[in-house]
Amino acid sequence: MQPKIQVKNVTKIFGDHPEQAFELLEQGLGRKEIQQRTGQTVGIHDVNFDVDQGEILVVMGLSGCGKSTLIRCLNRLIEPSGGQVLIDGEDILQLSQKDLLERRRRKFGMVFQNFALFPHRSIVDNTAFGLEIRGTTRDERHGKALEALKLVGLDGWENAYPSQLSGGMQQRVGLARALAADPDILLMDEAFSALDPLIRRDMQNELLNLQARMKKTIVFITHDLDEALRLGDRIVLMKDGYVVQIGSPEEILSSPASRYVERFVEDVDKTQVLTAGAIMRDAPVLASPKDGPRTALRRMEQESFYCSFVVQRDGTLEGYIWADDAAEAIKRKEKTIEGLIQRDHQPVKPDEPISTLIQMLADTRIPVPVVDDQGRLVGTVVKSNVLAALADNQPDREGQEDDTADGEGGGDEKAPAESAAPAP
Amino acid sequence: MSQDFPFVGKFPLSDYIDAGLDWMTQAFSGVTRGISTVLGGGVETVVAVLSFPPPWVVILLIAALAWWIAGRRVGIGTAVGLLFLWNLQLWDATIETLTLVLFATAVAVILALPLGILGGLSDGFKRLIMPILDLMQTMPAFVYLIPAIPFFGLGQVSAMFATVIFSMPPAIRLTILGIRQVPGELVEASDAFGANWWQKLFKVQLPLAVPTIMAGINQTIMLALSMVVIAAMIGAGGLGSEVWRAIQRLQPGDGFEAGIAIVILAMILDRVTQRIGQQRKQQ
Repeated sequence: MQPKIQVKNVTKIFGDHPEQAFELLEQGLGRKEIQQRTGQTVGIHDVNFDVDQGEILVVMGLSGCGKSTLIRCLNRLIEPSGGQVLIDGEDILQLSQKDLLERRRRKFGMVFQNFALFPHRSIVDNTAFGLEIRGTTRDERHGKALEALKLVGLDGWENAYPSQLSGGMQQRVGLARALAADPDILLMDEAFSALDPLIRRDMQNELLNLQARMKKTIVFITHDLDEALRLGDRIVLMKDGYVVQIGSPEEILSSPASRYVERFVEDVDKTQVLTAGAIMRDAPVLASPKDGPRTALRRMEQESFYCSFVVQRDGTLEGYIWADDAAEAIKRKEKTIEGLIQRDHQPVKPDEPISTLIQMLADTRIPVPVVDDQGRLVGTVVKSNVLAALADNQPDREGQEDDTADGEGGGDEKAPAESAAPAP
Repeated sequence: MSQDFPFVGKFPLSDYIDAGLDWMTQAFSGVTRGISTVLGGGVETVVAVLSFPPPWVVILLIAALAWWIAGRRVGIGTAVGLLFLWNLQLWDATIETLTLVLFATAVAVILALPLGILGGLSDGFKRLIMPILDLMQTMPAFVYLIPAIPFFGLGQVSAMFATVIFSMPPAIRLTILGIRQVPGELVEASDAFGANWWQKLFKVQLPLAVPTIMAGINQTIMLALSMVVIAAMIGAGGLGSEVWRAIQRLQPGDGFEAGIAIVILAMILDRVTQRIGQQRKQQ
């Protein structure tokens, strides 16, 4: 499928003589030197990435890294000095002024850091602004604006004025204004940065909820890595006008492409970001309900593990059995382990954050099973997996990884698991 | 003589200006005569209409309008003030002055708004117009009276011409300021939603500039009122000519009566127009 947005070699140089800066850029000179020598400022240089339909792409970096310039190049609020910006395969930079306005009206919605609501217009007229610009009739645009306000939870406020609303509510209006015209693409420029942390978290969740329903293509700018990791399907990391790394939140965290990214990533609360799916291992021992107790016990003995997960033939997780129970069943001469299966396990989905797992692991004596949407066992997590993932951030992480990953197969799981939850 | 500049003679600035004005008088005589007819006719008609009913009817109407726009206090103050003017036997002169001021202000605003908008949107035009505005405001007001006469002859239209030139700068300046004060992010937001030049101007920039523009119009009205008094020297009539007559006959009492009448009129116009600007701001 063709990407919704393709950014190719986009460069922006501020100043009257961009060609001078281009020359120096080709010679490999940095931003500062070019500024000193020519007086031209390199906003962004040679940026390349794609955004797929329905994806949230987060562009992040410190202030002055060119991320705001970049998002404005997408709808030509800032005219790029070179490169291509393809929206649905059409180069935005080649459009006439008239066509450009048309694309902005149909395809783009934009949300601003300081909300940028029109103080002289009521909430509903603010929300309907995009449709009004398009020439939609009053009734129709008010109808759609009210729908959009309802979507962001502001129904009933349509006749108020922006100054009567709190910051969080104002930005909801900003979001509703961008959504009302039903654009394909949302450009969000530090949209939640001006809000206080609690409201900010609410807005992030709300955006994710809305996105689950609407499947817009979203380019989200932020300087906050936590926000980037929460929202982004993929993250573009920028520094000094260049792209440093592009990848999923987990890729960025687990394999930072440079010292710069690493430094960024260091103080992130990984427990919120890493998921069960990322740290799980294969289950140490498996049994089938039809297995005899003797078979099951031998497998547990081979792996030196005190319990075994029981799965159906199609992989569906049934429960688990204790090694002690299997031994008892052998004495009672039972044919299968079906009667021994315990079902008080609490399975999690692969996208469960580690923070919840830590809590669960404290309360349970068995590994936490990870199941997919069909209930099939895809892996298990024990405490050592969590600790290893969290420790992964330290400079000497190679050594630590060796410690925990010692041995083969399920070997690395059993020892710490036992220490955390002694076998009965 | 000490006045003579060495080596070269006097630069004939006044000759050039005279020649220029002569040429303009000739070249635009059709236009000026047209303006003269339209505006002169307009002023005469309005004065006639306002003078036709008994004064108390007009006073009541104006007071009601002031009440509606600016509230009870201004409404009552307007009624009392105008009744006092009637009592001083200055009613006809007041009507004449009021009409002239409103006409001059209307013309000044019609010219000032587009100039101010251009200056607000274009740096080049602003650089061009600013020194001209400085010149218009610092030039002694009397000087405008002289060229007005060859253009429009003695009378109300000449007075109005001088008044428009003298009172227009604040309206232009504050329109420029109002447009430029609109936060850049709001302009950017309207750009992002695909607004074209006109939509941006009429849906965002002008509405947000209204309070500032109204402050400019208020100043224009005040300047127009002061100029209309001076313009009595070239036949503006009204309260100004009452003052002028008092000066010529050395009758301080009459002079103060007319002067107080002008103050009352100024207060009414000021309070009412200020309120129009504030109402917009409160939103």
